[in-house]
Amino acid sequence: MAEKKLEPQASVGIKDASIESAPHGDVSRKSFIGWMTLGWTAFGLATGGFLTMVVRFLFPNVLFEPPQSFKIGFPDDFTIGEIDLRFKNKYAVWIGRNDEGIYALSTVCTHLGCTPNWMGTERKFKCPCHGSGFRFSGVHFEGPAPRPLERFKIVLADDGQIIVDKSKKFQQEKGEWENPESLLKV
Amino acid sequence: MLDIIKYIVNLLHEPTIAFTLLTVGFPFVFPPTDWFEKKHRQLHIDKLWSNTGGVVLMLLVVAYFALGFTDKNAYIIFTKPDNVPIILMAFTVVYFLWLSMNQAYRNDERLDRGEKPDEYNDPNDKILVWPDLVYSELISIILMTVFLILWSVYIKAPLEEPANPALTPNPSKAPWYFLGLQEMLVYFDPWIAGIMFPLLIIIGLSAIPYLDINLKSSGFYAFKSRRTAIFAFMYGWLVLWIYLIIVGTILRGPNWNFFGPYDYWDAHKVVSLTNVNLSEYVWVKAWNQGLPANPIKREFLGFILIFLYFAVPPFLLAKTKLKDIFKQLGPVRYAFLMFFTLSMLSLPIKMYLRWFLNLKYIVSIPEWFFNI
Repeated sequence: MAEKKLEPQASVGIKDASIESAPHGDVSRKSFIGWMTLGWTAFGLATGGFLTMVVRFLFPNVLFEPPQSFKIGFPDDFTIGEIDLRFKNKYAVWIGRNDEGIYALSTVCTHLGCTPNWMGTERKFKCPCHGSGFRFSGVHFEGPAPRPLERFKIVLADDGQIIVDKSKKFQQEKGEWENPESLLKV
Repeated sequence: MLDIIKYIVNLLHEPTIAFTLLTVGFPFVFPPTDWFEKKHRQLHIDKLWSNTGGVVLMLLVVAYFALGFTDKNAYIIFTKPDNVPIILMAFTVVYFLWLSMNQAYRNDERLDRGEKPDEYNDPNDKILVWPDLVYSELISIILMTVFLILWSVYIKAPLEEPANPALTPNPSKAPWYFLGLQEMLVYFDPWIAGIMFPLLIIIGLSAIPYLDINLKSSGFYAFKSRRTAIFAFMYGWLVLWIYLIIVGTILRGPNWNFFGPYDYWDAHKVVSLTNVNLSEYVWVKAWNQGLPANPIKREFLGFILIFLYFAVPPFLLAKTKLKDIFKQLGPVRYAFLMFFTLSMLSLPIKMYLRWFLNLKYIVSIPEWFFNI
């Protein structure tokens, strides 16, 4: 092979070796480029395939996500002036009812995404991470949170139950709370 | 008697008081100018870095924690497994601060007398890597390993139940070395406190060798020949980082409210924290108008203020107080130095604005996730 031939020549002298080895190799310039292309293509394919697998690994095989749209009961189940905590664990929404109607608030703090707590006596949502506070309506008033909690689409189903659809959200700062679907008037 | 001491200590921990005392007292401890240097000597604060001062400093830290152990609320905080590194940090920071300042002051005195610094007088100026250095490293490694093993055996790792997205622990604290960042997040939007500031801190620290071209007293500890630089760095390090970590650990309780070290962590503590954006102060309160719908129009004053904050002081200072520094550094270095310094100072400024004016954001455009 090329390496074997090089060895004795190398002992003669570097200058000789470099001159002699060029024309004498088994590998011609043409086939060198061919092998090179093949090698790099194989390397590229292997790396690409490996990276594809890595990227695929980042996405879960099974997602245990509760449905985005769900029924929460009849309007009469909710008391005016109270926050309903029943759906916080499973669906991550608070249901509030004011004089006008019923609304579904996201439980994600708009500052950095912790889950605030509803403090019944103080009548506010208070975030344990950086102290953001939100009023009963979901509007921010203290701490670093820059915008109100998000509301979800809330409508009546044919059977009279309330449906909350989390795939559609309404942000107050964009004026979306004016949308009739953000507040179920009852 | 003990109650009165505890009351006073609690009061001193009130962030507005503690932070102000630290900031105002800082130039007296690390004097950046001749005037402060004079006061520093007059008030005998320089004794802090003498050998007696070192003992007093360490005794103060011990007394601080010892007093805490007599109180049941402080006891809970000080003995929490998460907080052990902070207590170690309090001791190590004070000790190494004293050690370096002690050497610096000794060298200053030697230089004043016309002698060479301490380090030049070693009987053997050079020691061998093997065995001198490697052996002491080996011994340090063994001792540290023993310490870590004992720590892990006697203090249980603070593991908790599996994470539940619907329930955030109250209070929810970052790892201790990030508590300074978490404290910044109270005053700034996530993209500033969580991304911009960490980046600026890292870049700014890396830039120090390029910005500080003062070659005096390099290779040994000394204070006088680089007092302004030491003052600026120490303020950022001790007050804006170490102090904020201690605030995050010891003084932040449920709902991220402030509690003195001897206060009971009452989850229902009611604090008036209602805060208002600058645009609301201007448009609604001063000009009695509604907020304009266009965010740029609404926030123009905030943008102007931010621009002025970064643009005007460098020019004024280059003409007046910092004339010499400007000449020495040249415009590019000077501009970077000013940018980093002003960014650093924006944190205490924002903290005071929040505390005393209830100012939430100077520029507030939640529509674009852009708040300053």
